[in-house]
Amino acid sequence: MTSGTQARIEQVRAALSRVTDPELDESVVDLNFVTGIEAGDDGAVAVTFRLPTYWCAANFSYLMASDMRDAVAALPWVKQVSVTLDEHMFVDEINDGIAGKKDFAEAFPAEAGMDLSSIRLNFGLKSFERRQEALLRHLLAAGHAPEVLLELTVEALPRLTLDAAGAALRARYLERRNLAGDSPLAFVTRDGLPISAGNLAVYLRHVRRVGLNAEFNGALCRGLLAARYGEAPHELPPEPELIDFIKRAATAVT
Amino acid sequence: MYKTKDGDEIFIIDGHVHNWDASPENIKNIHGKQFIDCFYGYHASLSPPEELWTPEKFAKYGAEQMVRDLFIDGPDDMAILNPTYLKDFYKNGFNTIEQNAVLKTRYPDRFILNGAFDPRDGNGGLEALHAMAETYKIKGVKLYTAEWKGDSRGYKLSDPECYKYFEACEKLGIKNIHVHKGPTIIPLDRDAFDVADIDHCATDFQNLNFIVEHCGLPRLDDFCWIAVQESNVFGGLAVVLPFIHSRPGYFAKVMSELLFWLGEDKILFGSDYGIWTPKWLVEKFMAFELPDELVQETGKQLTMQAKKKILGENAARIYGVDIEAQKAKQSRVKELVA
Repeated sequence: MTSGTQARIEQVRAALSRVTDPELDESVVDLNFVTGIEAGDDGAVAVTFRLPTYWCAANFSYLMASDMRDAVAALPWVKQVSVTLDEHMFVDEINDGIAGKKDFAEAFPAEAGMDLSSIRLNFGLKSFERRQEALLRHLLAAGHAPEVLLELTVEALPRLTLDAAGAALRARYLERRNLAGDSPLAFVTRDGLPISAGNLAVYLRHVRRVGLNAEFNGALCRGLLAARYGEAPHELPPEPELIDFIKRAATAVT
Repeated sequence: MYKTKDGDEIFIIDGHVHNWDASPENIKNIHGKQFIDCFYGYHASLSPPEELWTPEKFAKYGAEQMVRDLFIDGPDDMAILNPTYLKDFYKNGFNTIEQNAVLKTRYPDRFILNGAFDPRDGNGGLEALHAMAETYKIKGVKLYTAEWKGDSRGYKLSDPECYKYFEACEKLGIKNIHVHKGPTIIPLDRDAFDVADIDHCATDFQNLNFIVEHCGLPRLDDFCWIAVQESNVFGGLAVVLPFIHSRPGYFAKVMSELLFWLGEDKILFGSDYGIWTPKWLVEKFMAFELPDELVQETGKQLTMQAKKKILGENAARIYGVDIEAQKAKQSRVKELVA
């Protein structure tokens, strides 16, 4: 393999690492979904990927496949992209739809009235809550007063002096902040409403379920993927904490 | 029966068991093969190594093995048979009420036999439900809202057609509605595991109990929020409990969330046999303690009382099982055998 090819493959991998499984809010690369990348010097890229089960929901699969295609196509030297899913109940519909740049409703014509944007928004908001909880808990642990944090503006948040871990969590949070509306406050509920200092503990317990659910699913998906492809089913990865997921994802981005 | 170190006897009702046939002879198509492979993935990824079965045994273990694993080697006193038809994937179905009824006939005091319905079957389905109630005297049903039927890719419990069935259930004394809100069975476009529909029907049918199997995973977050508002919504622990072995930290967190939002009176044990066997699940659950930091945060403990409720008393309450009478019957059987 030439160094040029290797460099192109690394660029594709970096682009793919920004694509997340909407449900788990983790990178498709970290999740071990991406199985192959080819990048010729003619600007043609071929990506292959797999999922934990034959039954993984088609809408989520389609979202990931089209996000991968678009992320790779955005690289300046890329002229042509193919993204191919392996072994799935709807393998033909998904692969043909992605190749033909169809939207989901066109790829699955029997299912009228479908729209992936509502799924994207709903899971984007869950990701917002999860990243917000991680950042808020970090800031509170670092000694920031709740009253001050909850009055902080979106403009002022980036100016807050933070350690490296805090800065990474902040960057991750700000990527999703606009999904919750345009209030000037940095920390709001998913509906864009202010959070009062007196309610903060209850609010944090409320949003914690979101992160816990995603982590639990992430563990399940990893186990199923390993079992399906015969990759040491009993050697599960060590049990990570919420903060590890966010840290790893944050390192991948920065 | 599970006996604690102190000699305390705990009556166990396994809320979710199957006797399926996924043998090569019964598989109709690639979907049937992939379906059992996926189940095996759950088994392989969450079981302790010494509990691992071969794929061949897993495909069809049979009634004798089941009775041994549940009641003889295992600690179950009773078990709830929930059917899963999947006739599009398996020639004779995966696990039908007719197959389950054979077990119920042979071991009437051990099994609780549940039925099933699909609101998309219209009036014919209502008649079938009446017949099922009459023949088998069922007190519960298991529903799969994400199951395909013709061109339909699923339904919601809040659909008007479904309400007709719930009205029939009320009349027929079918009080317990188990709903599969858990890992995938063919969801396509709809978010078939959206738990919001439970909210509507639980409010509108206060006489019925809604047992959300697998606690709504992968929508645990939404489920907790609904369950806290509805007094007749329960959570079934199948698929959640096996994490106690491979991921005890997650299990502890999920358990304390469930105790916090639902409370110990509304959580039901289920092994999901044959995906997992009750022996190791119950042993680990009895030995399990929540870490102090979680207890301090939620104020909820997994006490011996809570464990007893989850393992049997809650299911006994909603199914009208008299635990003392049941124990007496079983000890008479033991004497006869001995």
